Amino acid sequence: MRKSNLINFIVTILLVAILSQFLPWWSVMVAGFVSSLFFSLKKVAVFFVPFLAILIFWSMYAFIITNANDFTLAKKIAILFPLGGNPYVLILITGIIGGVAAGIAAMLGKQCSLLVKR
Amino acid sequence: MKYLKFILTLVLTLTIFYGLNTKLGSAPPIGKFLDPVNGFWQNDTNEVIDGTISIKGLSAPVTIHYDEQLIPHIFAQNETDLYKAQGYITAKHRLWQMEFQTHASAGRLSEILGDVALDYDRQERRRGMGFGADNAIEKIKEHPTTLKYVEAYSEGVNSYIATLDNKTIPLEYKLLDYKPEAWTIKKTSLLLMYMTKMLSSREHDLEYTNALRKFGKERFDLLYPDFFPDNDPIIPKETDWSFIDTKITPTPQSELPLDSIAETITKPHPDNGSNNWAVSGAKSTTGNPILANDPHLGLNLPSIWFVMQLSTPNHKVMGATLPGALGIISGFNNHISWGETNATRDVTDWYKIEFKNESRTQYKYDGQWKNTSYRVEEIKVKGAQTINDTVIYTHHGPVTYDHNFKGDNEKSGYAMKWIGHIGANTQKTFLDLNTGKNYDDYVNAIKHFSAPAQNFVFASTEGDIALWIQGLLPNKWKGQGKFLMDGSNPEHDWQSYIPQKFNAHTKNPERGFVSSANQHPVDESYPFYVFNDGYGTYRNRVINDFFRSKDKFSVEDFKALHNNNYNLKASELLPHIFKTMDVSSLTSEEQELYNQIKSWDFDSDINAVAPSIWLAWWSELYSLTWDEYDVKDVALDKPFEYQTIHMLKHNPNDDFMDILETPERETSKDLFLISFKEASKTILKFKADHGNYLYKDYKATFVGHLLKALPAFSRFNIPIGGDRNTVNAADKNHGPSWRMIVEMSTPPKALGIYPGGQSGNPGSTYYDNMIDDWAVGKYYELLFMQNETTTDKIMSTQTLTPSK
Repeated sequence: MRKSNLINFIVTILLVAILSQFLPWWSVMVAGFVSSLFFSLKKVAVFFVPFLAILIFWSMYAFIITNANDFTLAKKIAILFPLGGNPYVLILITGIIGGVAAGIAAMLGKQCSLLVKR
Repeated sequence: MKYLKFILTLVLTLTIFYGLNTKLGSAPPIGKFLDPVNGFWQNDTNEVIDGTISIKGLSAPVTIHYDEQLIPHIFAQNETDLYKAQGYITAKHRLWQMEFQTHASAGRLSEILGDVALDYDRQERRRGMGFGADNAIEKIKEHPTTLKYVEAYSEGVNSYIATLDNKTIPLEYKLLDYKPEAWTIKKTSLLLMYMTKMLSSREHDLEYTNALRKFGKERFDLLYPDFFPDNDPIIPKETDWSFIDTKITPTPQSELPLDSIAETITKPHPDNGSNNWAVSGAKSTTGNPILANDPHLGLNLPSIWFVMQLSTPNHKVMGATLPGALGIISGFNNHISWGETNATRDVTDWYKIEFKNESRTQYKYDGQWKNTSYRVEEIKVKGAQTINDTVIYTHHGPVTYDHNFKGDNEKSGYAMKWIGHIGANTQKTFLDLNTGKNYDDYVNAIKHFSAPAQNFVFASTEGDIALWIQGLLPNKWKGQGKFLMDGSNPEHDWQSYIPQKFNAHTKNPERGFVSSANQHPVDESYPFYVFNDGYGTYRNRVINDFFRSKDKFSVEDFKALHNNNYNLKASELLPHIFKTMDVSSLTSEEQELYNQIKSWDFDSDINAVAPSIWLAWWSELYSLTWDEYDVKDVALDKPFEYQTIHMLKHNPNDDFMDILETPERETSKDLFLISFKEASKTILKFKADHGNYLYKDYKATFVGHLLKALPAFSRFNIPIGGDRNTVNAADKNHGPSWRMIVEMSTPPKALGIYPGGQSGNPGSTYYDNMIDDWAVGKYYELLFMQNETTTDKIMSTQTLTPSK
């Protein structure tokens, strides 16, 4: 992994870990946006690095909570949506949703940084 | 170019934000909901039941011990603290349900569900639910002590709501994307109205008016008799009523309006009912009276009941509570035990109203014009404009049906007279029962209880057993309220009420037991008019026969009776069918089914196939018999099942047996065969789809989440026997919603269970943990703690302390 990618990745996770404690769900979008504004990436990495960071953060977070409760509610929500009652699919989808939101916000961050630079 | 890219990404970002932050259709706001830090994942946990929480306004610390079923045992220093803690703890486990049920009661579901609930909401507004709740509050205010406790309960609920944030609010709020509002005494009043509606708004007046017009009086009386031949009433037949010196209201000479109505408002579930019974010490194997109660209601999650122990230095009481109401509703203390079944009395009547003109400011009454009043019902609708519905009120009550609602005439309507509109402090009955010590306290406590009329069973450690049919009951003239009445005729008004002391009751009857199962309260010798509005006819006879069958009864006998699946209804029809039905045309497959049901012992057991055949067959036979009722644009209610079976057996050639669609003239034995062939198709189809047709699979009992039984939060295919007419009245989505047995030893020993769990959170293991045990007829020994310092069988302890 390129160094800039790694920095962006770590900064995104650090930001969301802090912001999510007092912001609603869109803390992931703020994290993606801010990290991209200051640690600009190139091409697909603009989207995929924060995407991956949040995917991992949300999935891990969700997994730790539900694992401690034997996946009781996750299994039910996985019927509600419907995902055949599979909590792991739900965990993955949770990560992807958060990741997409962060990635797109990061794309906006990149465009903003370009506007400011010139 | 870079500006274009900027704008594109900006639009994309905003779209994603909006899309994930907004509730679209029935899906929750996806980003908000899936966020593991604040969303539903945070509800994937059991409740915290230890530690110390400070609460505003408590006068002393309150200790809450939780036992292994998550039943809270609350120990407070005084009653105000006790009810505050009850409010707090109930909200902690059941907040969403409490609020949802009161929203449903008030006709406010559109606020959270959108316009799909609009028809429902309008109906509840026009039923006068808010009007009744307001009147009840006025009565509660006349009793400062009750008011103080109800306010304390509200404060308790609100203390809990104040602890919540986006992370910790119950799951359903996240799913539907709204927030809890403050609890008020109005909400407690609305919850009691919800129960009053559920249990006392059954009526058929408009449907019966249609039937009277369509079939004539003679036929009507045959179809809907006031008494059934096999009447085994709640109050023993030999009861002497000579002490009653009030006369029945004389029947006026006047005409009834014979209007035609196409559609009526939704009625409560016809099976809402219950069993209760008690045996005296002399009839009990241990010498202590034993009492049992099992209310039959819709099977929902979260359950309608929440079990608690409530204690102060002056009293200890335990049993089932209704989230939203104070005290124990069906339970016991160290001295007495009690439980309720529905009295099913006709306390809802309809009056035809003639307005002077389209302005509807006046209506005809006693030869003059009387002023109307009105309530503007403001119905907020999620995602749409607020709807205002003006409901006209007469001295009878709200004009539910008018040209704005299920009617078409601008100058007339139908007004509802309902006991639920007459304010009463029903809450006081339960508060007083909770602290009651003997028979006199019980009688004094229930005196306040006006609606829904209940059969209150009672047993005490002193050795008394009793049963009062208690409610505020109009002293009607014979036949009053069977049909639509003339709202302009003062003689058609309710003239007076039966004096409370003359309500039917029995104390320590000679037979050594009291019981009720929603059957007729009395026989013909009771001097007041009691209309048969759908009294139970099967469970009561099985129960009473059981208690007549031997001298002594034990708790084990009580358990067996709760779980008794003997199908008396089937046993009263099938032998007749087997004698009369022509089986020569049956195919070999049909013949096999026929043999199976013919060898049935009438036990509606989960692993039998005959009860499945019976269920399918009876349903076909019943609708085939009453095909005359399948008419458009006329609201009709079919005769009761007991009378249907009676006519199938005793009037086999009646005109009703004919199937109108066919050129032939059918008799009842033709109906048996045709319906059997239809039922066989249903069963064979089910067999083809499911591999078998065992009763447990065919009936497929389920306990559904309050939100339209969302499958994710409901439990399906619960193996439990019985049907709506067996003592174990477990139907598809209806049945014993709480089972309790109490032996009045010192201290009392009690068993209890219900088809749900103490937690209202689908993420908790206590959400539905009792269902499997309930289905197989198990009970939990209720831990009736005699002092707060013991820790035996206690899972965890929480303390509520006064905040500074």
